[in-house]
Order: sequence, then structure tokens, then C-alpha cells
Amino acid sequence: MAEKQLLKGNYAIAEAAVKAGCECYFGYPITPQTEIGEYLSGRMHELGRGYVCAESELAAINMVIGATSTGAKAMTSSSSCAVALMQEGLSYACADELPVVLVNVMRAGPGLGYIYPAQGDYFQAVYGGGNGDYKLTVLAPSTVQECIDLTYRAFYLAQKYRNPTMVLADGLLGQMMEPASFGEYPYPEIDNSSWALTGAKGREGRAIYSCARDEDAQNNHIRHLFQKYDLIAKEETDWEEMNTEDADIIIVAFGSMGRNIKATMRELRAKGLKVGILRPITLSPFPSNRLNELADKCKQFIVVEMNMGQMIKDVKLAVNGKAKVDLINRPVGQWLSVEEIADGVQKILNKEVAYASI
Amino acid sequence: MAHIVIDESKCKSCFICVGTCPKGLIKKSNRVSKLGDNLVEFKDENNECIGCAMCATRCPDLAIVEVHK
Amino acid sequence: MQVFSLPKSMKENCKYTFCPGCDHGIAVRLVAELLDELNLKGKTILAASIGCSVFLYDFLDVDAIEAPHGRAMAEATGVKRARPDKFVFTYQGDGDFASIGLAESTHAAIRAENLTGICINNTTYGMTGGQLGPTTLIGQKTTTSPMGRFKDTYGYPIKIAEHIALCEGTAFSARVALDTVAHINQAKKALRKAFQVQLDGLGYGFVEILSTCPTNWKMTPDEAHERVKNEMIPVFPLGIFKDVTEG
Repeated sequence: MAEKQLLKGNYAIAEAAVKAGCECYFGYPITPQTEIGEYLSGRMHELGRGYVCAESELAAINMVIGATSTGAKAMTSSSSCAVALMQEGLSYACADELPVVLVNVMRAGPGLGYIYPAQGDYFQAVYGGGNGDYKLTVLAPSTVQECIDLTYRAFYLAQKYRNPTMVLADGLLGQMMEPASFGEYPYPEIDNSSWALTGAKGREGRAIYSCARDEDAQNNHIRHLFQKYDLIAKEETDWEEMNTEDADIIIVAFGSMGRNIKATMRELRAKGLKVGILRPITLSPFPSNRLNELADKCKQFIVVEMNMGQMIKDVKLAVNGKAKVDLINRPVGQWLSVEEIADGVQKILNKEVAYASI
Repeated sequence: MAHIVIDESKCKSCFICVGTCPKGLIKKSNRVSKLGDNLVEFKDENNECIGCAMCATRCPDLAIVEVHK
Repeated sequence: MQVFSLPKSMKENCKYTFCPGCDHGIAVRLVAELLDELNLKGKTILAASIGCSVFLYDFLDVDAIEAPHGRAMAEATGVKRARPDKFVFTYQGDGDFASIGLAESTHAAIRAENLTGICINNTTYGMTGGQLGPTTLIGQKTTTSPMGRFKDTYGYPIKIAEHIALCEGTAFSARVALDTVAHINQAKKALRKAFQVQLDGLGYGFVEILSTCPTNWKMTPDEAHERVKNEMIPVFPLGIFKDVTEG
């Protein structure tokens, strides 16, 4: 076991990217993720790797596209309203099948919003704002240790499936300090010689593009992408689950909201309520099958989110009418406390509110 | 002997070459491309071509594929 | 003796998708000739653009990444930073380079990226059917300026080569035309310089190429070349606006 250090989430992500072999970083400052770019500016220079203070997020994501098209590991990081600017690039990167890694340390929205922590970008991350049929792979850490582990995994999955992969953290996680250890990058390197742009020495030039020449080419390409997304769902869907075997109530939350639900579960269990939790680690692919299985026994799901109810829609789709699904939420700001969640659960059980918005 | 080679499959009948040849050796042909436009033809009965390659330099469609001097 | 043949950096049986008489084809051929002459085949990566130049990767036998509209210089930056040993260039229209992508194009020059930018200026958006673009001349009629570009509503055309020359990281910036054989030869010379400054690590090399769009200008190719001479060159003067290799 590698030695633990007291680490801030943003620094943990940045150094994990270095250890994962990230060859280039391109970024533009925005609170609350700026420390990632600050840290990497010195670190990448020290290692002789690529670093550009991009002129905009639009440029940053396209620089990542350029770098990854050569087979290099590259990433950018940003936050909410600036990730909105990157949507065009993400759609292109999905269509081009490029191993882009993007870290979104969420802040509050819509619009400029504020730097309070929030989880309002679930839809943006999972359903995207770019054009056309595409899916990112989205990983949601809930601890600083997971910031490291999932950054490693993001580089691996991006390379393995040639699909843009997002680490969806939030301001709370980016700014807080916790003990964590880096260890070594645990994944094998992926051979990309069959597609990467290397200058076409000794072979015909190859092009990475998304412009389809005809209807068939476009249909076939999209079907190919979705076969790949199905494979990712089969192989890589991940979640954390506790006390679901006998649960009457399952609380579902992602990211740092997935922390307080554990203490809430323990508190409510102490009061005699059979509460379990499920925390999706991959938001895309979403653990829909598992939620559907659990809905055979458990009749009450409660989704806890720092937004107006986004992931709850995926939970409802997964449960498919087999159980009740309710929401406890606050759009931005102070994280929902154990007391607030426990109180919300009681209210839902007492049918005091159909929609326990706090 | 100076001459040019035209790849008719690439000619789009813009006729820039017709006006460019200093000796007037490239002319509109009566034959037509598959799009129905007149092609061009190189006729040099008196060996006037000097191999200057101005036609090839200005051909925007790579239709003049060889110039010999 | 064969004095002209197709460049080896051109794909075999390459057939352009440009309209008849469009100067794009000459510009692409000059690029291919220089790739041959500077021995760059096998070490070149192109950041392709959106517009009439979109299918460039079908013509040139190089590795290429298709950039979203305007983002070619950002993608080229990414490619070059990841693979500094490669020759990296963009080939864009004026709308791509100087309207939607002006920030990316300018900042690549400001950062003194070792890249080469080629911008085809035909005073209109050709691919979409001839709309008013950043370089449309005062008085020019387009589908979105049917009464002509008058300055009070539409403002002025941008002078790209001069703009890029103002950036400190620019090593070479020139404007050339393709309307005569002499101008084509000058264009090739300028392109060679813009390639060479990158190879020598001197910074950003840029060439703006005045080109024709007979289809959207509603002219014959010869009339279009007359327009380049009589209307475009007086507004967009040809010349070298910056060259760090000269004194």
C-alpha cells in the first residue's frame, strides 16, 4: 500500500494525470478547477511534456483532439459553463473516436451561476450538449482517493474504447483535502498504431474525420459507435452498493453526494428503517440493469442530488415503474447534510411531500 | 519534342488553359465530357509547343498531367 | 525531358471536388509540390478545415485530422505539441480562418507555434453558396448582402495577412494570388518560406492566397481572374508583410 498524503482533490486529479502518462495538457482557467492547470503548468514543464494556456475552452478541447489524434494521452479540465463551450469538440471527438480525457469540476448554473458546488451538469455530461447521437464515458468520484483512481481509469477507458471520457467531479471534491495515495498507474498501455496519425511514413495517408459521404456511411458509423457503447456498458458499468439485500428503501446518489447517504443509511438503520444505498460510479454507462433488479424487491427509491432532479430520470427509466422513485435535492450550495437527508426520507415515507425539495 | 498530356477524365471545361497557352495550341474540342461540356484538345501540327508548362501551372484540376520539353 | 508531372504527395487518381475554374486546385497542387520538394511526405500531419477545403485529405497523401469549423489552428497546436518532430499545417478558407476561427488563428501566431497556416481568400463562403464573409469587399453582392456590402451595415473586410503579421510570434506572413502564372510562382515561393520557417523552428508561417469563386461570383473563370486583378488586389495588396529571415 502506497503512502497516504493529505491531498486537495484538484491536485490529486492533476498528479494522477501525470502518473497516468498524460503527455499534453491544454486548459483555460475557471473556478473551482483552476488548481489543476496551475499545478500542471509547472509539473509538465519539469517533465518536458506539453502544456498550453489555451485562448478559450473551445481551443482547449480542440487542442486535446489534435494531440489525441496522434495517439498521445492528453487532457483538459474545466467547469460547467465552460464545459458547455466544449460540447462541439466533444461531439467531434466521439464521432472521430478519440481518447480525449476531460475533467469537469462542477460549479453552479445555469448561466454563469456561481462557484458553489452543485451537480447540475449531470445531463450535460451524460446526455451531452453536442449534436448528434453520441455518448461520453462518465466517471463520478466521491472521494479524493477516487479522484485519483478514476482519473487513472479515465485514461485507460478512453484509450481502450477510443471514446472521450469525462471525470465528473464537483467544487466540493475539487477544493477539499483528504488523505489519499497515488500508487502506480494500474492499467496496461493500449496499442494505437492502427489509427493514430504519425505522419504516414511507409503507408498511405490516413484521415480522422466525421464527415460522412452518404446516408449508408453515416448510418453504419453511428451503429458502430453504439455497438461500442453497448460493449462499454457490458464491460465497464460500475457502482457501489451497501445493504441492499434486505432494503425497503434504497438511496441513490452520485459524486460527493454519495458520501452523506452512507451516514444517513446508518442513522436510519439505527432507527429501524431498512435502508440501503447505491452509488453509480459510472454515470454513463449507468447501472440501469442493477437498479432494475433491485426494484423487484425494493419498492422505494430515493434519489439525492444537488440539482433540480437530473439523475432521478435515469433511475426512473431503470426502475421502469416497478417501484416508487422520489427526490431529495437542493440545486446549489451547502451539501445536503445527513440530518436533512434523513428528514427528507421520513417526510417521503410519511407522504408529507411528494417531492422533498430542500 | 515538346508536348503535353491531358487527362480528360479530370477536365472540368474551365478553359483557363485555352487562354493561357502562348502559342494558342489548346482549343475547345467538339467532344464532350460525361457532364456534357466541351473538352479541350492539344493540337501542335507545326511543333510550336515550347514546353513552358504555363497551361499545367494554371490548370486548377490537375488535368494536364504531363509536360515534356 | 518531362518538365511537369503530378506531385507524389497527391493521392493516386485524386479528383478534386472543387467547381470548374476554382483556384483551390492550384493551391492544393502547390502544397503537394512543396511537400515533395522539402521531403515532407511521411512526416506531415494536416489539420483540415470546414468549407470547400473539407475533402483535402482525399487529395493529399498525408495524415489528417478534420477540425470543426474554425478550430484547425487549435487542433494543429495540439498535434504539434504532442509531436514536435512532425510538419503540421492547416489549409482553411477565409471564413474558417478569419471569422469563426480568428481567435484560434491569431493565438497560434501569438504563441509563436511552429505551424504553417494557409488561408484561401475568395471573399465569400463558397461551400454554403456565396454568403457575406469576413473578406467580402465593399460593394460586393452576396446572398446575405443582396444590395452589396455597404459599410454602415456590414462593416469592412479584414486584411488577414497584415493582421497575422502584427503578431510577435509570426515568422512569416504574406499575401499572394493565383490569377497569373507569375503570381502562381510567387505564391509557391511564399508557401515555401512559410513551410521553411516552421522547419527551422522560427515560429508561425502564414500565407493568404487570393482565390476565385466563379460559381458564387457568377462569373466565368477568366472573368473571375480579372476580378482578382481589378478588385481584390487593390484592396488586398500582394506582398510579404513579415519575414524574420530578412534583415
